Amino acid sequence: MINKSLKQLGAMLQAKEISSVELTQEYLNRIDRLNPEINAFITLDKDKTLAQAKNADAMLAAGKASAMTGLPIAQKDIFVAKGWRTTCGSKMLETFIGPYDADIIERFDSVGAVNLGKTNMDEFAMGSSNETSYFGKVQNPWDRSRVPGGSSGGSAAAVAARLCAAATGTDTGGSIRQPASLCGLSGLKPTYGLASRFGMIAFASSLDQSGPMAKSCEDMALMMNVITGFDKRDSTSLNREKEDYTRDLNKPLAGLKVGLPKEYFAEGLGADVATVVQEAIAEYKKLGAEIVDISLPNTMLSIPVYYVLAPAEASSNLSRFDGVRYGHRAKEYGDLMDMYCKSRAEGFGAEVKRRILIGTYVLSAGYYDAYYLKAQQIRRLIAQDFENAFKKCDIIMGPTAPSTAFKAGEKADDPVSMYLQDIYTIAVNLAGLPGMSIPAGFAQSADGKKLPVGLQIIGNYFDEARMLNAGHAYQQVTDWHIQMPEGIE
Amino acid sequence: MSLNSADIKRIAHLARIEVSDAEADATLTKLTGILGLIEQMQAVDTTGIVPMSHSQDVTQRLRDDVVTETNQRELFQSIAPAVEDGLYLVPKVIE
Repeated sequence: MINKSLKQLGAMLQAKEISSVELTQEYLNRIDRLNPEINAFITLDKDKTLAQAKNADAMLAAGKASAMTGLPIAQKDIFVAKGWRTTCGSKMLETFIGPYDADIIERFDSVGAVNLGKTNMDEFAMGSSNETSYFGKVQNPWDRSRVPGGSSGGSAAAVAARLCAAATGTDTGGSIRQPASLCGLSGLKPTYGLASRFGMIAFASSLDQSGPMAKSCEDMALMMNVITGFDKRDSTSLNREKEDYTRDLNKPLAGLKVGLPKEYFAEGLGADVATVVQEAIAEYKKLGAEIVDISLPNTMLSIPVYYVLAPAEASSNLSRFDGVRYGHRAKEYGDLMDMYCKSRAEGFGAEVKRRILIGTYVLSAGYYDAYYLKAQQIRRLIAQDFENAFKKCDIIMGPTAPSTAFKAGEKADDPVSMYLQDIYTIAVNLAGLPGMSIPAGFAQSADGKKLPVGLQIIGNYFDEARMLNAGHAYQQVTDWHIQMPEGIE
Repeated sequence: MSLNSADIKRIAHLARIEVSDAEADATLTKLTGILGLIEQMQAVDTTGIVPMSHSQDVTQRLRDDVVTETNQRELFQSIAPAVEDGLYLVPKVIE
């Protein structure tokens, strides 16, 4: 049952073959058994979770159910949820109880989905390995000595170990797609502005976007129908008509023009990853896709641009954590300035502090033009690369990450090497485009472990339905997405 | 552009984060690496390029100037480190 799709589980609930309480309890039992090691969840609240499941069963009995009613979903701990501890992976928010619901939480609640718990993540979503979490690192279910990726590492591990039916994530520079790639699942970052950022703890506001992490594209389409929509409480939310993201799932792919950016297959890409991605592209040819060579010449610049813009926005966003209204306050301090400095020194971890310092530096007097303005100018060049590419193709494909999951600790002490994990994902955030990662096969580690490889699919603005169509067609002829790691039975 | 430990302490003060001398030295090495990465931008000629602050060309929405939220002071202050009589407590700032 744990490997069934959302649609299949939904059908079982509607047919009364199982109740939401029973289904939820099954996942809670699995979490009890497997989470102490995997550490995918930071906070569980079984009473709240089961109360929601009971409510879902009442909706089902009353004939008021929709596609997601009664399905247990894990929520990334970046989303504020009323009455739930919401930590964002930080000591700063270790005891913070959400006083309201994020838009995404409200949306899942309103369709009767069940909040299974809050998943582990890199502190304030800053990281690509889940190792910066104050609540401990997360194991990759495919090889427990390796990282699950990040920052949505807990959500990725929870889906991969089948500790939930699906999960939510957020993606500022690759934080949905890279862990989806490393843990062998499907993850989608929508076009910037489609999903509300209200109640999602801010990292870099011009880049942050939430999205689904699930077993398949069909599951993600159902979740996209819930997640997206206008929200007046988010000033960057786009007021567009609601779409049904399942509408094109079964369209044939014949004639689909797939662009392959040469920069995504250049130096830096692991040979094992390249092989798997090329095989996936060969499969797309069989499905009728036409392959077009394209170029995204400013790809390498996306990392320096990102490491100006994201820390700059983060240093501003994280100034709210001052130990006055909520969050950690130092036990001992002198004057007000000392209270700020000590509370923030104690509450933030090393990587978060580094990024705040970088952001503060690039925004400080005399440096604004050389860094922030320059980065925004190159950001436009990067967006123009995609604009030009989409004149020649319908969608873009390539690797999601340059390597498979790496060993815990391997890059933890070298920020620059960690940042290069996101070389293929960051430009998508800078341009505000939708990007997705789907399982494309496995590479073998030196000690014989199967390590998942993700295929990245980048679409034009608002082209998520076409991307999901492309992913779904591939998932009808391959079974990578339904393979499960060993030892999670 | 090269930073020294004193720069780190100055930036940390601007960011309101206390750093010890030992931390400043360790931070200096890592920040120098990151700033080296950022420096790659300077090779690009960006003359005449309009900075991009948002991916979509949208304008800020305005709403009517009316009350939309209810007062939830007690709820919001229930998670504060220190409050008294509905006020947030901080060290004395005016002598």
